[in-house]
Amino acid sequence: MMSAAETQKKPVLEVEGLTKYFGGLRAVNDFSLTIHDGELVGLIGPNGAGKTTIFNQITGIYLPTKGSIRFNGINLVGFEPHEITRTGIGRTFQNIRLFSNLSVLDNVRIAFHAHCGYGLADSILSSRKFEQQEAEIVEQAQNLLEIMKLSKLQNEISRNLPYGEQRRVEIARALACNPRLLLLDEPAAGMNPNEISQLMELIHFVRDQFKLTILLIEHQMRLVMGICERLTVVDFGEVIARGTPKEIQNNPQVIEAYLGKEA
Amino acid sequence: MDSSILLSLVKMIVVIAYLFGLFWVMGLKVGKITLGGKKVDISRWINLLGAVAGFGIVQLAMTKFGGFQLLNNFDIGLLYQACTMTMVALGLNLIYGFNGQFSLGQWGFYGIGAYAAADVTFRWTNGDSRGLTVLGIGVILAGVVILLIGRLLSNLRRMPVLSSFTIYLVGTGLAAVVAVFAGKLLAPMIDPLLGTNLAPGPLAQGAALQVVFVLGVIFAGIFAAIISFLFGLPVLSLGSDYFGIATLGFTIVVYTLMVNTDTILPFPEMRGGRGMIGIPKLTTWFWAFLFMMLVIVIMRNILRSSHGRSIISVREDETAARSMGIDVAGTKLLSFVIGSLFAGLGGGIYAHYIGFLSPGAFDFLIGFNPLIIIVFGGLGSMTGTITASFGWIFFLEGILRVVLGQISPEAPTWRYVLYPIVLLLLMLVRPQGLLGNVEWGYLKLPRIPLRKSAAEGEKA
Repeated sequence: MMSAAETQKKPVLEVEGLTKYFGGLRAVNDFSLTIHDGELVGLIGPNGAGKTTIFNQITGIYLPTKGSIRFNGINLVGFEPHEITRTGIGRTFQNIRLFSNLSVLDNVRIAFHAHCGYGLADSILSSRKFEQQEAEIVEQAQNLLEIMKLSKLQNEISRNLPYGEQRRVEIARALACNPRLLLLDEPAAGMNPNEISQLMELIHFVRDQFKLTILLIEHQMRLVMGICERLTVVDFGEVIARGTPKEIQNNPQVIEAYLGKEA
Repeated sequence: MDSSILLSLVKMIVVIAYLFGLFWVMGLKVGKITLGGKKVDISRWINLLGAVAGFGIVQLAMTKFGGFQLLNNFDIGLLYQACTMTMVALGLNLIYGFNGQFSLGQWGFYGIGAYAAADVTFRWTNGDSRGLTVLGIGVILAGVVILLIGRLLSNLRRMPVLSSFTIYLVGTGLAAVVAVFAGKLLAPMIDPLLGTNLAPGPLAQGAALQVVFVLGVIFAGIFAAIISFLFGLPVLSLGSDYFGIATLGFTIVVYTLMVNTDTILPFPEMRGGRGMIGIPKLTTWFWAFLFMMLVIVIMRNILRSSHGRSIISVREDETAARSMGIDVAGTKLLSFVIGSLFAGLGGGIYAHYIGFLSPGAFDFLIGFNPLIIIVFGGLGSMTGTITASFGWIFFLEGILRVVLGQISPEAPTWRYVLYPIVLLLLMLVRPQGLLGNVEWGYLKLPRIPLRKSAAEGEKA
């Protein structure tokens, strides 16, 4: 049941009847999810449940077989991934996908391309507009790096960074796309408990700072239970439970999906 | 024999040192100086002056002073070849080294540029203006049509690539038809001013011919770019390896068309497989240097901009680039078209240096040369590509040909055994290429300094 406060808020993302077949394999079946402005929602489920497939459909990497994805009222089905990003959806990847041979600053600067504000002719002639906009991009990128505590690593090649810092670069890069909705795909994968605590703080901070709505996939129950306001559990591509972390923890169906049936 | 080896070797080293010096001066940051009470940043002027001086030094070395000439005609020929090779290889490096699309089609675009530019000046000096008018009007119209169609199609989502390709093809075809008719209409007005080959008219000599030559080279470059757009649109959607094979096919198609220019194509003056003769030799050091620098400056400026970063991001990770709001298909097409433009310009300069075009020079086997050069110099390094292009020409055509030629007339063939061995050794010792992705001087991207707060934290 939704509380009164939540229903008053505007829905940001409305996914309805999302279905995806890979050949004969049904990866996602009739998946629905509504996220309201400013919410922090978790999407959990056992391995292979179809969580990342759902993400990939929202971000346009896969074309859904059926269903609709509405973001701020616009149906995103059929949009190219870069167009979806430009409407305001940023994402990170489960297996970090940084531009690994480039510096941290370049990684973030690349994400500003959609808003770079100058044309090819400006850059060839290195016009005043080009110089100004480039300085602006550097300024904004450095702001983001400062927020993510990466300023010192600005000129490091990103593949040389430790895992946790690569994650932060990825989040900084996603924020550079100027998103309203941020999709985080297993941000805590491979992190130790200490790093997870830092990550939880970071996610909270980022949400407040940038006024974001966040949808995250996660396996680490500690993180999910700690920061998510609402959870949706999927198994075999179908929603098996929804609710607050408390409700989910005691849901027999969820326990069964994760641990198996009692003998 | 010993002195000639030494001399050729010295020449090669001097040329490469010259290039490094040139880019060093062009990238010099002098800072602000006080000039007449005002603080002025004169870096730009110093850089421009450096480029002019770089041109002047070689020009002086080429000039005869009372029978003495520092660079003989053979060396000058090598320089021109190196300039064109630089343009072609830089274009390919943009496509393969920076954008990650393995292409074997560069040689085909080079050939298209060479033949198109040669046809313009050849016809012009033989009393036929249609070469210039048809090509010029054609590429300008086609360019405008493509831009207009692109704007119209940008509103349609997920249009099948073959459908948009067909629309572009029809648009370009219409532009070509209009250009041919316009050329026919204009011909009676211009042709009488051109005279014949033996008695050139007022427009077929001196400065007017130079203008036609430059226009011809530029139009030939744009022509190659338009062909690459039409070819790349459907083919770039293939994965990287498949794209490589398709571009190889393109080079073979171009070669076959060249062999049959006088039979299946309506260009009897290109004389098919016998080779096109009588192209006016209009390439001078000025034009070769100017066009090479133009290519270098354009490419460097693109690479340091947001467009350049998006080109590189596609090489690094397509999916991530997509999710960062980068139009991957558009970016691939952009770098492919610009790379082919460079190849076309290089072809135009080459044709007017050599004066004779034979399809044999555009065979796909020779087409591997620019690929070898960019791998040798370092994928993703402009400095490496330029160095390798000059080094390649001076080593292969200079040192080896001269030195081996003294052993016996057949010996120069051995250079095709020697250079692969050098290549093999380099790949074993330094697989990332001579310079990896290191840049030098002017070509170096500006390093953004750390913020003050961060830099202080570093020290503490």
